[in-house]
Amino acid sequence: MPIEILMPALSPTMEEGNLSKWVKKEGDKVASGDVIAEIETDKATMEVEAVDEGTIGKILVPEGSEGVKVNTPIAVLLAEGESADDIGKAAAPAEKAEPAQNAADDPAPEKPAKDAAPAAPKTETAADPDIPDGTEMVPTTVREALRDAMAEEMRRDDDVFVMGEEVAEYQGAYKITQGLLQEFGARRVVDTPITEHGFAGVGVGAAMSGLKPIVEFMTFNFAMQAIDQIVNSAAKTLYMAGGQMGAPIVFRGPNGAAARVAAQHSQCYAAWYGHVPGLKVVMPYTAADAKGLLKAAIRDPNPVIFLENEILYGQTFDVPKLEDFVLPIGKARIHKPGRDATIVSFGIGMTYAVKAAEELAGEGIDVEVIDLRTIRPMDLDTVIESVKKTNRLVTVEEGFPQSSVGDFIASQVMQRAFDWLDAPVITVAGKDVPMPYAANLEKLALPNVAEVVEAVKAVSYKA
Amino acid sequence: MATAARKAESSKSAASRGKSSARSKSASSLKTPAPLNFKKDEELQAYRDMLLIRRFEEKAGQLYGMGFIGGFCHLYIGQEAVVTGLQMALRDGDQMITAYRDHGHMLAMGMTPRGVMAELTGRRSGYSKGKGGSMHMFSKEKKFYGGHGIVGAQVSLGTGLAFANRYRDDKSVSLTFFGDGAANQGQVYESFNMASLWKLPVIYVIENNRYAMGTSVLRSSAETDFSHRGISFKIPGIQVDGMDVRAVKAAGDLATEWCRDGNGPVILEMQTYRYRGHSMSDPAKYRSKDEVQKMRSEHDPIEQVKQRLIDKKWASEDELKAIDKEVRDIVADAAEFAQTDPEPDASELWTDVYVEV
Repeated sequence: MPIEILMPALSPTMEEGNLSKWVKKEGDKVASGDVIAEIETDKATMEVEAVDEGTIGKILVPEGSEGVKVNTPIAVLLAEGESADDIGKAAAPAEKAEPAQNAADDPAPEKPAKDAAPAAPKTETAADPDIPDGTEMVPTTVREALRDAMAEEMRRDDDVFVMGEEVAEYQGAYKITQGLLQEFGARRVVDTPITEHGFAGVGVGAAMSGLKPIVEFMTFNFAMQAIDQIVNSAAKTLYMAGGQMGAPIVFRGPNGAAARVAAQHSQCYAAWYGHVPGLKVVMPYTAADAKGLLKAAIRDPNPVIFLENEILYGQTFDVPKLEDFVLPIGKARIHKPGRDATIVSFGIGMTYAVKAAEELAGEGIDVEVIDLRTIRPMDLDTVIESVKKTNRLVTVEEGFPQSSVGDFIASQVMQRAFDWLDAPVITVAGKDVPMPYAANLEKLALPNVAEVVEAVKAVSYKA
Repeated sequence: MATAARKAESSKSAASRGKSSARSKSASSLKTPAPLNFKKDEELQAYRDMLLIRRFEEKAGQLYGMGFIGGFCHLYIGQEAVVTGLQMALRDGDQMITAYRDHGHMLAMGMTPRGVMAELTGRRSGYSKGKGGSMHMFSKEKKFYGGHGIVGAQVSLGTGLAFANRYRDDKSVSLTFFGDGAANQGQVYESFNMASLWKLPVIYVIENNRYAMGTSVLRSSAETDFSHRGISFKIPGIQVDGMDVRAVKAAGDLATEWCRDGNGPVILEMQTYRYRGHSMSDPAKYRSKDEVQKMRSEHDPIEQVKQRLIDKKWASEDELKAIDKEVRDIVADAAEFAQTDPEPDASELWTDVYVEV
């Protein structure tokens, strides 16, 4: 049967084009790969090559024709043994370019339903495990808690290893990996060159083949060199592979401002990574959360961004002495219950929140403090439950104000609990400037307790 | 603190990995091997495998023109011998990873034409359920790790596959493909450094098809001998006639053995040529028609094998036509399947974002 040659689409957006020239004439023999015509698109003049072998039987659209729609038959190709008399029996290689209808579609659906996105599935997150009465609580620094978490998981699973700059022989730039080389050896505690983009990619590749890397960034400020591998490779592979393979990897390290290290070493990435589907983003405050959540992050089959803070490393908190203390990712923790207003914070932002709550208690304002712990997936239910009780909300973080984590919380609370709000949400964040070096300016650039106190009073109309 | 820590004691920490296994051969001992003398069955296999890629790609181009395939679509026509010859050198467990000109690699690794074509048309039976498309496709079963859309990113990822092979000590080799264009990305050299430092079993296959999109290697590369790109990292490299499947197989044998013996990475610069534009919407005005025609008529990888098969009387024209028909039928079936298979169910929008815990 003769084959119709159709007007081809030659770019992702082309709908029609001009048939500027026929290179082959009626009666010419063509082989696959031969140029048969030239077509002018909105971008360029393109050559059209034959796919099938045969003889040009008839040209249907003359050269010089403009605005020829994609998929219009432009010529008929005769196979060996066919003649011009066979034209008319021509079959296009396929009926039409409309995608096949979804077999699962209802034959008579409600009108707009077809193009509407289905609702996102709701996932339940487990509550924190019960800590049995009488469990010994051990004062532990965040630094020790992180190290213990890694060591416990490395003992449990040989596929877990840690890599990064100075993690092995130097014992960690911030001593988080202290002792790991001695216990687990150089195969599993790997010093890398200073090469963030490269070793992030190496880690993701190892994870794609089934290992469970912990990649330490000396600080997340340096991970901007690696952000393509984190976002484009780690976060998206599972989806792009239709679920066949993903990247069970933890990227961890100190995040945000330390002290007097200025603009390039003082940035919070919670909102950046919180933006990306496919990533989980954890930012603990206490040592117990650091330990339980890091253990969960290492076991999680998804890529997890684990944001620590240099100032918190040396702070001491009680950690329950349990054989296997693992906390759920995606669950906020009510740090202090209260009735009058809600403060939501995470990571080092909690230090301002906690002190502000203490101060406000002295003035008779009973604040509920929620430690978000996980930025993504975010436990908005806990926040909204609290807002329904207190009717007032302040968020606190050190990151930049525009498109901040607090902005997202505020918009969600507005959409889901507008009628429960008695005042507009106030988002306390870092100032909208690069971090300055001078001590006084640095202090001004960061949020402070007074700002949080003032914000809570403002939403309580007690300012 | 951070910056200071980086500088301190950097020399001391260089040692712990890899240094114990001294290089057993010097990097300069690698020479381009002579093309192999293929046996009849090898010639026939190479002919069929390359033809399948060519016909598949021609069909993909056609389906693109008809609007069945959307977005970007990068065809492998002209480069078939590279992936076919290297696949012939592999063992079970060896992996491949490449960028977005990836259809040929997938077919060579044994992924089904139906599954690949259905992914190109964005249908539910595609390898990624229609969610990846031409540039992002994977098969865990066939050890194909993508299909990556960011130029150069696959080089670090492929080095990571090799890291895992060494970690498990399973003697598998990672074949990490990239083009002459990607060879100028920084992370390539970050990866070279680590691969050599840690003696990772990775073959860096640089498919030099002379043009990074529309920029020729002469206009983009200070060093156009890509086999030399590893010199600063003590990675040996050889240049290979990437249009001759026997030369590719010989280089593949040498390189896989080099890696399996624990010598670390190796670079194979495959000198090849793509007949089509960079993508479907590239008019290829940056090179002459004569240049393309010369490569096609004098160096075509499939014609070379065909000529040898006929000259040695290993196959008659009719027998070759029968192979051609078999391949055309496979491709036609894949195309038919890819046009009739349903699109993914709307509920797939939300699946595979996370592995459920």
